[in-house]
Amino acid sequence: MFHLQIHELASRRSADTPDNPLGVIIMGMEWVERFFVGGLIVSAFAVIGDVLRPKGFAGLFGAAPSVALGTLTLTLLTEGKSYAALEARSMIAGALAFLAYALACAYLMGRKHIRAAPTAIAMLLVWGVCAFGLWSTLLR
Amino acid sequence: MRITINFAALRQIQWHEYLTRFLLGGAITVATGLIAKHFGPVIGGLFVAFPAIFPAGATLIEKHERDKKRRAGIPQTIRGRLAAALDARGTAMGTIALAGFALVVWKLLPAYPAAVVLVAALSAWLVLAVLMWRLRKLHVYFSVRR
Repeated sequence: MFHLQIHELASRRSADTPDNPLGVIIMGMEWVERFFVGGLIVSAFAVIGDVLRPKGFAGLFGAAPSVALGTLTLTLLTEGKSYAALEARSMIAGALAFLAYALACAYLMGRKHIRAAPTAIAMLLVWGVCAFGLWSTLLR
Repeated sequence: MRITINFAALRQIQWHEYLTRFLLGGAITVATGLIAKHFGPVIGGLFVAFPAIFPAGATLIEKHERDKKRRAGIPQTIRGRLAAALDARGTAMGTIALAGFALVVWKLLPAYPAAVVLVAALSAWLVLAVLMWRLRKLHVYFSVRR
C-alpha cells in the first residue's frame, strides 16, 4: 500500500512544477516561508535547551523535534496527510541513526577526549550509513 | 538531580550564535523540503531527523566551558569536551523520544486532525524525554551494584 502511495506522490510532484513566472514566485515564497519557520522553531528549542540545567537534561533538546515540527507542518499544508505520514515513518529510521550518531559523539568526546567540532562533523558519516542502511533494509 | 531554569545562561550567548542557529535551522528545513521534493517523502523523511544543529551546539558548549576555565586561569582543560560529551549523552536519550514523536505522527495522522496529532506527538516526545532522563538513574544504580 505504501509503495503505491509513494509512486502516486512521486508522479504528483513532477506534474505540479510551475511553468509560469507567478508560479515560480509563489514557489520561491514557500521556500522563504519554510526557511523562517524552520529557523524560528529551531532557535526556540535551542534557547529552551540553553536555560535548562543540568546539562545532560538540556542535551535532550539537542534531539527536539524542531526541524520535524517546521517541516511536517508545512508539508501538511502543501502536500497533505499521506505525504507527511510517509515522511514521519522514515523519520523513525532517521532518529535511530541519530541515536547511533549521538552515542558515537559521546564516546569520542567523553572517553577519547577528541574535540567537539571535528567529532560532530566526522560522525555525520555514521548517521548517513545508519540512516541509509535502515532505509535500504526496511523502507525501500 | 533537580531540573532547574537558569536565565543567566542566555547572557553568555552572543548574537552571532543565535544567528548561526537560526540560519542552520532555516537551511536544514529548506534542505529537507528540497530532498523530499526531488527524492520523495521516504528519503526526505530520513533528513527530518538529521543532526543538523547538534555540531553547532556541541561546539558552543565546548567553547563556553573552555573560556570559563581560561578566565579562571586554567589554559589547558578537557572540561569543554566532557561537557559536550554529556550533552551528546542527553541528545542520545532525546533521539528515543524523537522516534516516539515520529511514530505517533505516522500512526495517528491518517485518522485524526493534523493539529491534534502534532500536539499529541509533541506531548509524547516530552513525556518520553523526561522518562528517558529518569531511567538513566537505573543505569547508574546497576553500575554501582555490579
